[in-house]
Amino acid sequence: MTSELDIFVGNTTLIDEDVYRLWLDGYSVSDAVALRVRSGILEQTGATAAVLQSDTMDHYRTFHMLERLLHAPPKLLHQLIFQIPPSRQALLIERYYAFDEAFVREVLGKKLSKGTKKDLDDISTKTGITLKSCRRQFDNFKRVFKVVEEMRGSLVDNIQQHFLLSDRLARDYAAIVFFANNRFETGKKKLQYLSFGDFAFCAELMIQNWTLGAVDSQVDDMDMDLDKEFLQDLKELKVLVADKDLLDLHKSLVCTALRGKLGVFSEMEANFKNLSRGLVNVAAKLTHNKDVRDLFVDLVEKFVEPCRSDHWPLSDVRLFLNQYSASVHSLDGFRHQALWDRYMGTLHGCLLRLYHD
Amino acid sequence: MPGKLKVKIVAGRHLPVMDRASDLTDAFVEVKFGNTTFKTDVYLKSLNPQWNSEWFKFEVDDEDLQDEPLQITVLDHDTYSANDAIGKVYIDIDPLLYSEAATVISGWFPIYDTIHGIRGEINVVVKVDLFNDLNRFRQSSCGVKFFCTTSIPKCYRAVIIHGFVEELVVNEDPEYQWIDRIRTPRASNEARQRLISLMSGELQRKIGLKVLEMRGNAVVGYLQCFDLEGESGLVVRAIGTACTLDKLSSPAAFLPACNSPSKEMKEIPFNEDPNPNTHSSGPSTPLKNQTYSFSPSKSYSRQSSSSDTDLSLTPKTGMGSGSAGKEGGPFKALLRQQTQSALEQREFPFFTLTAFPPGFLVHVGGVVSARSVKLLDRIHNPDEPETRDAWWAEIRQEIKSHAKALGCHAVVGYSESTSICEEVCILSASGTAAVLNPRFLQDGTVEGCLEQRLEENLPAGCGFCHIPYDELNMPFPAHLTYCYNCRKQKVPDVLFTTIDLPTDATVIGKGCLIQARLCRLKKKAQAEANATAISNLLPFMEYEVHTQLMNKLKLKGMNALFGLRIQITVGENMLMGLASATGVYLAALPTPGGIQIAGKTPNDGSYEQHISHMQKKINDTIAKNKELYEITPPEISEEIIGSPIPEPRQRSRLLRSQSESSDEVTELDLSHGKKDAFVLEIDDTDAMEDVHSLLTDVPPPSGFYSCNTEIMPGINNWTSEIQMFTSVRVIRLSSLNLTNQALNKNFNDLCENLLKSLYFKLRSMIPCCLCHVNFTVSLPEDELIQVTVTAVAITFDKNQALQTTKIHVEKSLQRASTDNEELLQFPLELCSDSLPSHPFPPAKEHLESASSNSGIPAAQRAASVDYSSFADRCSGWIELIKLKAQTIRRGSMKTTVTVEKASPMGEGNFRNRSAPPCANSTVGVVKMTPLSFIPGAKITKYLGIINMFFIRETTSLREEGGVSGFLHAFIAEVFAMVRAHVAALGGNAVVSYIMKQCVFMENPNKNQAQCLINVSGDAVVFVRESELEVVSTQQPTANCQPSCTGGEVTT
Repeated sequence: MTSELDIFVGNTTLIDEDVYRLWLDGYSVSDAVALRVRSGILEQTGATAAVLQSDTMDHYRTFHMLERLLHAPPKLLHQLIFQIPPSRQALLIERYYAFDEAFVREVLGKKLSKGTKKDLDDISTKTGITLKSCRRQFDNFKRVFKVVEEMRGSLVDNIQQHFLLSDRLARDYAAIVFFANNRFETGKKKLQYLSFGDFAFCAELMIQNWTLGAVDSQVDDMDMDLDKEFLQDLKELKVLVADKDLLDLHKSLVCTALRGKLGVFSEMEANFKNLSRGLVNVAAKLTHNKDVRDLFVDLVEKFVEPCRSDHWPLSDVRLFLNQYSASVHSLDGFRHQALWDRYMGTLHGCLLRLYHD
Repeated sequence: MPGKLKVKIVAGRHLPVMDRASDLTDAFVEVKFGNTTFKTDVYLKSLNPQWNSEWFKFEVDDEDLQDEPLQITVLDHDTYSANDAIGKVYIDIDPLLYSEAATVISGWFPIYDTIHGIRGEINVVVKVDLFNDLNRFRQSSCGVKFFCTTSIPKCYRAVIIHGFVEELVVNEDPEYQWIDRIRTPRASNEARQRLISLMSGELQRKIGLKVLEMRGNAVVGYLQCFDLEGESGLVVRAIGTACTLDKLSSPAAFLPACNSPSKEMKEIPFNEDPNPNTHSSGPSTPLKNQTYSFSPSKSYSRQSSSSDTDLSLTPKTGMGSGSAGKEGGPFKALLRQQTQSALEQREFPFFTLTAFPPGFLVHVGGVVSARSVKLLDRIHNPDEPETRDAWWAEIRQEIKSHAKALGCHAVVGYSESTSICEEVCILSASGTAAVLNPRFLQDGTVEGCLEQRLEENLPAGCGFCHIPYDELNMPFPAHLTYCYNCRKQKVPDVLFTTIDLPTDATVIGKGCLIQARLCRLKKKAQAEANATAISNLLPFMEYEVHTQLMNKLKLKGMNALFGLRIQITVGENMLMGLASATGVYLAALPTPGGIQIAGKTPNDGSYEQHISHMQKKINDTIAKNKELYEITPPEISEEIIGSPIPEPRQRSRLLRSQSESSDEVTELDLSHGKKDAFVLEIDDTDAMEDVHSLLTDVPPPSGFYSCNTEIMPGINNWTSEIQMFTSVRVIRLSSLNLTNQALNKNFNDLCENLLKSLYFKLRSMIPCCLCHVNFTVSLPEDELIQVTVTAVAITFDKNQALQTTKIHVEKSLQRASTDNEELLQFPLELCSDSLPSHPFPPAKEHLESASSNSGIPAAQRAASVDYSSFADRCSGWIELIKLKAQTIRRGSMKTTVTVEKASPMGEGNFRNRSAPPCANSTVGVVKMTPLSFIPGAKITKYLGIINMFFIRETTSLREEGGVSGFLHAFIAEVFAMVRAHVAALGGNAVVSYIMKQCVFMENPNKNQAQCLINVSGDAVVFVRESELEVVSTQQPTANCQPSCTGGEVTT
C-alpha cells in the first residue's frame, strides 16, 4: 500500500508556525520531519511518524504555493485563493522577509548580482545556514532593491508600502538597500566586530542627512544615492586641517573645554591633530566612489582604533565628539558651518555607535 | 420580454503576462448570454486593466434566465494572430430571480482556465430587471427558492411540506463526441462545463415548475448529482422536498404564538377536517401523470415481484391500532388514517429533509434501502431520460414498499446515489421509514398552530422511538421492550436512521462517529456476467456492513445510529462498502448488551484461553467507551420496565433488497436466522479478523469528538471558530497481496490514518468536534482507492461542556416559570434522600415541561445549537440521582453547585463581550460549512443556491507538484471561486456546503491529470449573536439554575 496522493485543504488556510520556520530555514521535508520528531511532538499528540510526514508535506505544499504571492505581499492581501486571517498574513510576510544576522553581514554592501549569488554556497558553508535559506534571503534583498530603486519618496515608506513589512523590518531593508546601492565595504577583517545593527543605525543617519532626500523630497532615488553636491562640497572642510592656525585654534578650544572633564585628556591632547586630520580627510575623500565604499574602514582605522588603543571610555568619546563638533562654530575663519554640521552631525552619531569592542 | 439582464465589466487585476516581449497584456472581455455577445474595448498594456464598460443589456426570456449562465471571457488582444483566451467566469444569475434574495451580483471573480487554473480576477456587476408575466403556460419557474439545507431554513417557517420532487435530464457527454478528437482539451473541458451548467439550470427550472404545480414556493433539501456514464451520456438528476415557506419577518413577531400552552392545542388534530384529500388531491393528483415520465401502471406491476409486503394502494388502516398503547391507540389510528390519506395521494411520500419542525416526526421505523445493478450499454435510447426515469421509479417503489412493511407511510432523510464503473452502474436509494404528522402535509392548516406540539400523549424525547409497526405482525423479528422513558409504548432495542437526531430526543452522554468498512474482490467480467457477479456480492456486503455497524455500536455501549449513510462503490475488480453514522445512547431504548465471543472448537484448552482473553479485551473496551462518551444510564430495575418480551434476541432495522437488471429482487433477512446477534462466532480466520478490526479502531485523542450528523449529541456550547476542510487520499494497492483480508486491512488503515491526520492537523482547535464528517470512496483505477473527506471542525467551550448556556437563555422566561412551579409541585420519588435546596422533578413531568418548550418555532431555535440542551439537562439529572444513590456527601455537593453556579455566567458574559472585535477584524471572510447553521451566529438572509462545476486538467503534472500539488491547488481554487461568488452576492457564508463529486484521473506516464469537482451549498448572510443583543441573556440564566445544577454535579 503506497500513498499516491494525500492532501488537506482548509477553507481557512492552516499555517503551522513551527513548520513555517523549518521551511524558511530551508530544511527538506524529511529533515523537517526528523526535527519535528525530535521536538517531542509525537509524544505530546500521540501521532505517528506517518501522520507527521503527511502533515509536513501538506504545509510545505501550501508554503510553496504561497511563496509566489509572498514575492509581492500586496498580492497576498488581495488574492482570493487562500483565506488567511490578516494577523496570519502579516506573520507570513514578516517571517518570510526576516533574515539571519550572520547572513546579512556576509552580503551587506555587496552588489546584489548574479556573481554574489554564486558565492552563496560559500556563505552557506561558512554560516551554517542552508543554501535554500541563503537564496531566499538573498532574493528578498534583491527583490526589494529592484522594486524601490528609482522610486520617489522615502525609502522606508516605499518598502513598507510595497512589502507590507513592520516598521523595524522596513528600516532594516532600507539599510540593506542603501548599503547595496552605495556598496559600502563591510567585510574587511577590521569591521568584523560590527553588527548589522551598527551598520543599519549608521545607514539611517546617512539617509536622513547625506542623501538627496535630505534636501529635496521630489527626486527619484532620493534616499538611496548620496547627495553628490554635498560630497563635492566636503572638500571645503579640508581647511580645518590644512590651515595650521585653524587646526591649533580648534585644538585649543577643545582642550580648554575638556580639561579636567576627560579621563584620557592627555592622550586626547596628544592625538587631537591625528584624529581631526583623519575625520576631515575622510570627508574630503568622499568625492571618489572608491573612497565612499571605504567609509567605514576609514572611520574605524582613523578614529575608532586609535581611541580604542588608548582605552578611551565611551563617555569620553562622546564628550570629545560633542566638543569637537561644537568648537568649530567658534572658529571665526571657518565659513562652512552648515556643511560641517551636516557632515559631523551624522558622523558623530555613527562614530559613537561604531565605538565598541 | 420578461427580463433584462445588465452587465458591467469594471476592472481586472493580477492578470497573467500574455506578451512576453513587454511583460504586459492587452486585455479585453467578451460577455455572452445565450447567443448574444458584447465586447469591451481593449485595455492596452496592463496587468490591472480598468475597462469601466457601459452596461451591456441582454433582453431575454425568463426561461433562458434560469437555464443559461452568464459567460464572461477575458482575452488578450493580438493584432496578427488569434486572440488568446486568458480564462472565463461563469455566473449563475438564478439568485437574482427571486425577490427576497440578492438584488445585485457585484464583486471580484477569479478568472478561471481549465488548463492554468485561476489567472487573475475580474470585477463585474450584474443586475436583472424582471417584468411580471402572467402567462400560465410559461415554462419558467422564476421565484421558486432552492435550498441545499436539509431542514427548514432558519429564517423561514414551513406552512406546508408538500413532498418529493425529482427530475432528470440527459445529454451527450462532450468528451465522448466525435468532435472531441479534433478540439483542444481546453475547448472540450469548457464545452463540458458549459453543458453541465446549462443542464443544471434546466433541471432546476423543471423542478421549480413541479413545485409551482404543487402550489409550493420552495425546494428544501435540494440535491443535484451528475452521473458521468461515459459513452451513454451525461445525466444530471436532482431530488428535493417541495415546501411552502413563509419568511419570518422578525423573531419577535412569532414568539407569542408559541407561548400559548400546548395543552390547549392538543385537541386540534381531532377537530380538524379529518379528510384532507379535498385539499391535497387538488394539486397533486393531476400532477402525477403529467410530470412523472414513466407510466405508473408499469412500475406498480413490478412491486408485486419485489417483496412480500402488501403494496396495494388501499391503506391498511387497521394495522396500527393493535400495537398502540392504552392511551395512544385511538389517536394513533386516526393519525394513521389521516397521514395515510394525505400521503397516499403522492406517488412517493419521500422527504429529503433530515431535521424537522417539532411535532412533524411521529414515529421512526428504521432504515430502508434499495439497490439495483444496471447495464448502461443496454439503454435503448441513451439520449432520452425514460430508461433512467424508470430505473429510479423502480427503486423508489421498492423503498416505498419497505417503508410500508415497517408500518410507515413516509420515508424521511431520503437520498439517492450511483456508482459507475465502465458499463455497470449501481443505483442506490435509502431513507428512514417514518410516520409523520399530517398537519404539515396538507393545505388549509390553521395558521400559527404549526409549530405547536402535536399532542400530549406522545411524550417528547421518546415518541419517535416507539414502533410504528404492529407488534403481533412484525415485518421482521425484533426484540421489543417498553419504552424506558414513558413506559407506555414498545420500543425496539436498536434503532438505525438516516436522519439527524430529533431536537427533542433524550440522549445520554455523547455521540461518536461509527464506520463500517468493507472490501470484496470480484472477478473482472463483462456486461451481464459482471452485473450478475455484483448482484450476487451485494447482499453479503450489506450483511457484513450491517453486522460491523451493530458490533461497533455495541462496543461503544450505544443503542442508536443517526445519519446512517451506506455507500457501495464498484470498481473493475472489487466492491467497496463504507457506512458512516453517528452512534448515540437514546434514553428511551434499552441498554445494549455486551458482545459474546464463542469458539467453534471448545475442546482445545489454549484456544479457550485465547477466546477468554479476547472476551476480556472486548469487555474492557466497552467499559472504556462508556466512560469516554459519558454513557451512564439510570439503573432501573426490571419491575419498573415491565415484563420484557422473552424472544430470541434478534434485530434488524434494515430492510433492503437488491435487484439486477433482470428485475429480480431478493429480500435479505439480516436477523441472522435464529442465532443471537450478540454472539460472534470465531470459526475461521475471517471472523478473527473481524474481531481484531473491531478492537483496532482507535478513539479520537482527548478533546476531540466526531460525528457525521449536523451536531454532536451531548455538546451544546459551541464557540464561533469553525474550519471546513476537504482531505483527499489515494492509495495504490500492490497487486501481489490482493486478498479480501489484505484489502480490508488496507482500506481500514486508509480511513483510520486519514482520521488520525485530521485530528493532528486540527489539534490547535482542541476542544473541538468534527461535525458532518462525510467520507466518499471511489475506485478510479484497478489498484487505486480514493477517499475524500469533507467535514467541519467546530470548537466548543470545555468548561461549560456540561452546562446549558445559550439554550436556556433562548428558551427564555416562559419555560423557567413553568419549571419552577413543577419543581416545587412534585415529590421526589426517585430521590429518596432528597435535596431540599435543589429538587428535581420526576421523569415524566420533567419531560413535559421540556416538551412544552419545543413549541418554539424552528426558525428561532435555528441560530444556536438548541436541541441537546434538554438531553443534557435530563442526563445531568439522572446522573444526580445516581450519585445520590451512591451516597455522596450532601454537603460537598451543595458547595459544588453554588461555586459553579457563579463561574459559568461570568464566563458567558465575558465571552459575549470579547467576541465582537474578533469578528470585526475578519472583514471579507467567507465561512464555509457543511452544516445548516453557523455557531454563535444568526442567519438573516438566504441569497440563493450555489451549484458549481469545475474541470481542471494539466499536461505538466510534475511541474505542478505531482498529483498532490495539482489537486491541492485545484481544491483551493474551487473554495476560492465559491467564496468569490458568495461575496459577490453580498453573503458572508455558505451553509450546507457539500462536495458532491471529486473525480480524479491521472496518467503520470504522460505527465497528465484531470479532475472534476462539483460543489453546492446555500449562500447566506449571517450576523454574530453577540452583535445582535445581549439584553435577554441576563434574566433567564438565573432561572435556569436548577436545571443547570444537575449537569454541574457530573463535571
